[in-house]
Amino acid sequence: MAKVTIDGHTVEVPDGTTILNAARLVGGETVPPAMCYYSSLKGSGGKCRTCLVEVSKGSEKDPRPMPKLVASCSTPVMDGMEVKNKTSPRVLDARKGVVEFLLINHPLDCPICDQAGECHLQDLAFEHGKSATRYEFKRREFEKIDIGPYIQLHMTRCILCYRCVYTADQLTNGRVHGVMKRGDAAEISTFIEKAIDNDFSGNVIDVCPVGALTDRTFRFKSRVWYTKPMDAHRDCDKCCGKAVLWMVGNEVYRVTARKDQFGEVKEFICNTCRFDKKEASDWTIEGPRMIDRHSVISANKYFEPEPEHTPLLNKA
Amino acid sequence: MKRKLLIDKAGVPGIASYEVYRKEGGYRAVEKALKSMAPDDVVEEVKKSGLRGRGGAGFPTGMKWSFLAKPEGVPRYLLCNADESEPGTFKDRFLMEKIPHLLIEGMIVSSYALGANTSYIYIRGEYMWILHILEKAIAEAYQAGWLGKNILGTGYNLDLYVNPGAGAYICGEETALIESLEGKRGNPRIKPPFPAVKGLWGCPTVVNNVETIAAVVPIVNDGGEEYAKIGVGRSTGTKLISACGNINKPGVYEIELGISVDEFLYSDEYCGGIKNGKQLKACVPGGSSVPILPHFLVTRTAAGEERLMTYESLADGGFQTGSMLGSGGFIVYDEDQCIVRNTWNFTRFYHHESCGQCSPCREGTGWMEKVLHRLEYGHGKMEDIELLWDIQAKIEGNTICPLGDAAAWPVASALRHFREEFEWHVKEPAQAMQRNYGRVTEKVFEAANA
Ligand SMILES: Cc1cc2nc3c(=O)[nH]c(=O)nc-3n(C[C@H](O)[C@H](O)[C@H](O)COP(=O)(O)O)c2cc1C
Ligand code: SF4
Ligand code: SF4
Ligand code: FES
Repeated sequence: MAKVTIDGHTVEVPDGTTILNAARLVGGETVPPAMCYYSSLKGSGGKCRTCLVEVSKGSEKDPRPMPKLVASCSTPVMDGMEVKNKTSPRVLDARKGVVEFLLINHPLDCPICDQAGECHLQDLAFEHGKSATRYEFKRREFEKIDIGPYIQLHMTRCILCYRCVYTADQLTNGRVHGVMKRGDAAEISTFIEKAIDNDFSGNVIDVCPVGALTDRTFRFKSRVWYTKPMDAHRDCDKCCGKAVLWMVGNEVYRVTARKDQFGEVKEFICNTCRFDKKEASDWTIEGPRMIDRHSVISANKYFEPEPEHTPLLNKA
Repeated sequence: MKRKLLIDKAGVPGIASYEVYRKEGGYRAVEKALKSMAPDDVVEEVKKSGLRGRGGAGFPTGMKWSFLAKPEGVPRYLLCNADESEPGTFKDRFLMEKIPHLLIEGMIVSSYALGANTSYIYIRGEYMWILHILEKAIAEAYQAGWLGKNILGTGYNLDLYVNPGAGAYICGEETALIESLEGKRGNPRIKPPFPAVKGLWGCPTVVNNVETIAAVVPIVNDGGEEYAKIGVGRSTGTKLISACGNINKPGVYEIELGISVDEFLYSDEYCGGIKNGKQLKACVPGGSSVPILPHFLVTRTAAGEERLMTYESLADGGFQTGSMLGSGGFIVYDEDQCIVRNTWNFTRFYHHESCGQCSPCREGTGWMEKVLHRLEYGHGKMEDIELLWDIQAKIEGNTICPLGDAAAWPVASALRHFREEFEWHVKEPAQAMQRNYGRVTEKVFEAANA
């Protein structure tokens, strides 16, 4: 076990735990934003750099501070480590920079993007960004690509977090989806726009933090904040069958997997549940779903105080 | 007479062939190491030699080797980094082209020291003809019994392969190199774990530069102490420098570490001074990634001391007034060269070569390139200078691999030392264009930014 102090809160965690996961035990403002890390996807993290934190004390044994900011999602804690997230001006400044970088090539087309309202980039920009841009050049442009009948790829909105790549790699068999080209010309693609034809491919929509991968069966049907999320389940022979139905009245507009307070899916669902079961009668509805991510869909008011946070485990 | 340990024999006719190389004393180090030294003795000699990595970072090689994890029953690998793609750097090319067997001999001795039975030379794809030279040399070495099973009857086995990259600078970063060698996209890995623990195929791995590995040959032949007699302080031995730019004698030189920059730049033995009787304006002493030095900080440090060709002296003054020995790509600029244009050119390179994994480097390099392009072509604004400073500061230190830093440093140092030239480009764009591109008509001027 290792004791680590983050923004003044001390928690005890098993050795090998990352700073980010330790911070998630503390909860609230102490949790660095994570745009690429995804607990259930092996190898994810380290890329977006939004989760940078300052290690002001390395460990009990070696108390020297780390010279550079580190990615909290991929840096393991050490016993006696002291970390600054919200309390470090250096971190906040660097994070502002990262947000600006993520936005310079982003189309800012939230008004016509299906992800608006549940977009992590939107939340991040709201909290850490500036209202104006300093970027005066042409933004990256790509054609929209339909990858099969269910998924649409809007590469312009992609932040290259690689989550969908790991999902395609780890959840589906036969790798058909990856990153091509380099640098800011890099793009997510299936090889020669081949359709992803696989029982679990729909999960790439859920892991995508932005509106780059969206559900074609839901496209332009409604803004998410007009729909009501309901926990529901059904007997499924392919997956856990536990989902969220996004309903308007008695109509099921969209089906997604259930996401936790950090926006992560813990149990993935199959394409049958997601795309084919669009009748309320296909499901046993459990009741309204609490969305405890502070975004417009849950509250529609950004300025209310943070809701009481439920820690994942008991605090040490 | 200054000593040359690596390329002294580069001029011997036929030295690229096995027979001539052997006749000139080649493969003595393999005989000595395999027959009379334990692997750890070789590591010990390398430690004593003070040899530091010649790939750019200058990390002590003996120490790197002793960090290699040695779990029971797990293979270990030695990888030679021959991806040499840093603008201004062409020393490994010279060595491999002229004396390929020196690298192969170094690979055998180093692999023996590390207990590796399979080793790879990862060479940049654009060096295809050198790949063929190396393949031929490797075949000759197998033929003569220096590679393969039971080398010299000692029971030591080694297979050596040479593998080409596909033209990405980033594959010179050691973990990207490993990914690429495994057949994957060449994205740098997130560290830790370091290659010494988990490298190629998840096994303990050492990655060393071509020149580092070649230097192990004279170290084994003459002993580490002898090697350490050359040089100053912690900069021991000889170093290959590839000199280019506005000098009379561009080329690859082997220097004893510790000679003065003044001697290297102006003596006829090396660069032979600035071409066409011009004045020195600036110098990038260690490849495009290191900070640029203005003329008054090239041969002297800010403290007024003579600047030497050593890791320490070139870095004297830190990033404020110093630079780095880096990869030994020595680029010289005369008074007619434009620092804005040069900075744009370097930045264009890093933008093109970023792997795109992390946001600051992926987005920041392209942004800087665009701003620099605008400045260079006479459409810049004063605010652009502050903007550039801010972008580079937001990249530096915040990325996965050092390519981000390598992209930030040239911009930072150019702004630090040549700010007036940037301002001049904003204030007098027509004059700046005229100087850089000759008589510019209005049409060209407009077209440049179209
Ligand atoms: C973007 C990038 C490119 C690099 N390219 C090379 C290269 O072409 N050759 C090289 O030897 N080292 C290169 N390096 C340094 C290697 O990562 C590594 O430090 C080096 O090969 C270690 O060898 P050494 O200890 O013998 O210097 C590069 C590093 C970075 C970050
Ligand atoms: S498409 Fe979405 S999930 Fe995939 S890399 Fe881009 S932002 Fe990430
Ligand atoms: S710093 Fe640049 S090259 Fe290195 S991992 Fe990040 S994006 Fe890739
Ligand atoms: S979440 Fe840590 S770098 Fe993206």
